[in-house]
Amino acid sequence: MSYSSILIQFLNGLASASSLFLVAAGLSLIFGVTRIVNFAHGSLYMLGMYLAVWLAERVGFWAAVPLAAAIVALFGSVVEISLLRRIYKAPELLQLLATFALLLVIKDAALWIWGPEDLLGPRAPGFTGAVGIAGGAFPQYELLLIVLGPVVFVFLQLILSKTRWGILVRAATQDREMASALGVNQRWLFTGVFVLGALLAGLGGALQVPREPANLMVDLTVISDAFVVVVVGGLGSIPGAFLAALLIAEIKAFCIGLGFSEATLVMEFMVMAAVLVLRPWGLLGRMPAEARGAGTAQQPLARPSPRLLRMLVALVAALALVPLASGGYTLVLLTDVLIFALFAVSLHFIMGPAGLYSFGHAAYFGLGAYAAGILFLQGKMPMELALALAPLAAGFGALVFGWFCVRLSGVYSAMLTLAFAQIVWSAAFQWDALTGGSNGIVGIWPAPWLASKTAYYFLTLLFCALGISFLWKAIYSPFGYALRAGRDSPLRADAIGIDVRAAQWAAFAIAGLAAGISGALYAFSKGSISPEAMGIQRSVDGLVMVMLGGIQTLTGPVWGAALYTWLQDAAARNIDYWRALVGIVILALVLAVPQGLGTLVQGRK
Amino acid sequence: MLELRRVNAGYGRARILFDLDLELRRGEVAALLGRNGAGKTTALKAAIGLLSSFSGKIIFNNRELNNLQPYQIARLGLAYVPEDRRIFTDLTVMENLEVGRQPRRAGAPHWTPQKLCELFPNLGRMRDRRGGSMSGGEQQMLTIARALMGNPVAILLDEPFEGLAPLIVDRIAKTIRELKREGLSVLLSEQNLRFARLVADRACIIEKGRLCYAGTMAALDADPALRERYLSV
Repeated sequence: MSYSSILIQFLNGLASASSLFLVAAGLSLIFGVTRIVNFAHGSLYMLGMYLAVWLAERVGFWAAVPLAAAIVALFGSVVEISLLRRIYKAPELLQLLATFALLLVIKDAALWIWGPEDLLGPRAPGFTGAVGIAGGAFPQYELLLIVLGPVVFVFLQLILSKTRWGILVRAATQDREMASALGVNQRWLFTGVFVLGALLAGLGGALQVPREPANLMVDLTVISDAFVVVVVGGLGSIPGAFLAALLIAEIKAFCIGLGFSEATLVMEFMVMAAVLVLRPWGLLGRMPAEARGAGTAQQPLARPSPRLLRMLVALVAALALVPLASGGYTLVLLTDVLIFALFAVSLHFIMGPAGLYSFGHAAYFGLGAYAAGILFLQGKMPMELALALAPLAAGFGALVFGWFCVRLSGVYSAMLTLAFAQIVWSAAFQWDALTGGSNGIVGIWPAPWLASKTAYYFLTLLFCALGISFLWKAIYSPFGYALRAGRDSPLRADAIGIDVRAAQWAAFAIAGLAAGISGALYAFSKGSISPEAMGIQRSVDGLVMVMLGGIQTLTGPVWGAALYTWLQDAAARNIDYWRALVGIVILALVLAVPQGLGTLVQGRK
Repeated sequence: MLELRRVNAGYGRARILFDLDLELRRGEVAALLGRNGAGKTTALKAAIGLLSSFSGKIIFNNRELNNLQPYQIARLGLAYVPEDRRIFTDLTVMENLEVGRQPRRAGAPHWTPQKLCELFPNLGRMRDRRGGSMSGGEQQMLTIARALMGNPVAILLDEPFEGLAPLIVDRIAKTIRELKREGLSVLLSEQNLRFARLVADRACIIEKGRLCYAGTMAALDADPALRERYLSV
């Protein structure tokens, strides 16, 4: 690699760092003051892109950029006032879920308004040429972006250190209550911060238009990148975000420049891992003040009564008799229900008893499914062996990712789970040779003796019933009690000799393994697997199933999974905007009962 | 000036204050005395709105405070200095003062950073120091100064002498007397009668969340049995 191409790659990295910084800075600012992690921040960026493309045709590119940013900021104020303002005092999980639902709604809204095709934007007038740098040509527009990042950084720092508003923001970041007792009206401070964050995200998106077409996937790519940046830089630190954006963008630029685009994700992951091992709260971050679970002890989960156990046994027996009465379609649907019941129970295992948030549980489902396909087709293994080994891949993935997730508290951990899921998804999406890229893998069929719908149904019933009863049994084992103790009072659990992290780590791995089983079963039941099966949508599905059934219940996730899978089967095919519908239902529930859906469904235990 | 009438308050289900009556009169320094856990901090927090009361009335300058947010109460001219000081450690001394700044108020002394630096010469010497790198005594002066930036008519001080060196205790006591001269009403909570004596005109003793004595400091001093009953450790 020549000196000049190194320089060009370096400059490319700087240019990407700028837009990454704009998003991450807003995310960080909003979290600092409101303590809400805005999962929909990438969606604001996406809106900025679409608006800029749409406006550029009407008013020209340079007018479109500020206009798009302003519209996104305005939209941000509406979101803050109508939604976030009502949930600042709600439990963390609900806040995460609400912004997550917002992401789904915005995605479908963009699909509805602008259609599924990528929208190519104009180039920036006046910056269409290239500059000769060290013998190579470098686009002028990229140079503009390189300058813009630091300019925005300095501008933000000036606002925060020199204006009264900035001082109040910093004070509220540290101690909202005290600021309030000194006469600071937080309401408008929060709105202001959110609007500023939205403005930055919208600006970042609008400025990206000449480099990349507006598309519907960008929201998740950007938010998971921003999560990585914020986790690496330290949540709430603007200089940290700047530093981390540079670091991540440079790594990406060099991996792509050197021709290892597949290695990008791995490198990104390695850097994040290294930083988190050395500085768990990020390069310039500080340990968050609130500890997870503090003061929110849950009602103890009662042991299942003998009556409930008899009912469950009867249910399994009844399910085993179903093939006698009906065939075909019912069996396929029931197979799906069973698979997702195991998936939901595995997610519940870490969210309920262990109290860890996972917004990327689909990663382990997908790892199981892909491992099954790859072992079967490329490893030429018999189906039985592939099915047995595939969950181990998911368990291993959960072991690796879980190590990091249990080291961080609440929202940090939630962000990491999503970032990891996105990494796994991108790997499946990009690694054509192994995973078939966006087409996925086809021809994953069960062995002849399991090929009939009935036989495969029995296999699924067996595996899922065993898996679910194992997980439920674990909840009432000493291990399960240790998990719950660690969730309700980490300090006290620590003091009586429970290694809380080790227990949570083990729980993460077990849940990953179980999700892997459901994924492998899924792959063989459908005969194919595509990145969609492990996309963000699947993680949301899992969350909704668990929430629907009730987090602090035992059997809830199974009923949730059954209801949701059936609903999806019945409705999703007839409703174009299923995702938005799910999002709106979540938002409505969160707004109606901000103190927790759990309290509503908890009655039925 | 400030009156709590039959206030019940607490955290979650745990009730701390039971029908508490408390009064701060215009222009006086009143000491809220009581043992550890008697409910002194809770009473002050309920007054400033950081804790919502279950029942009872809190009146300040003829306004009912019960349903107001802390910032609204602060803007009415009631300042609060918490026990653990809670200064903004990332902000400089001047920035800490800026957070407390409110517009000039009729009938209350007008404070500027200049004037506060005269009141606390130490602060003037460390204008650009980060709050986190100050000593406990300096932090205590900063919290009082920060509260004064809101130009209050009354100020609540939660154990302002706790953990301070004797020299600083004298300094703070002198400041409180100065505030009284400027026309402020001061309500301070205190466990230690000796410190209360330095500044207070009147004393209110609470025990288990109930008022059990209210009278002049002199009368309390003259009654060893009362002191023995409620204040001895």
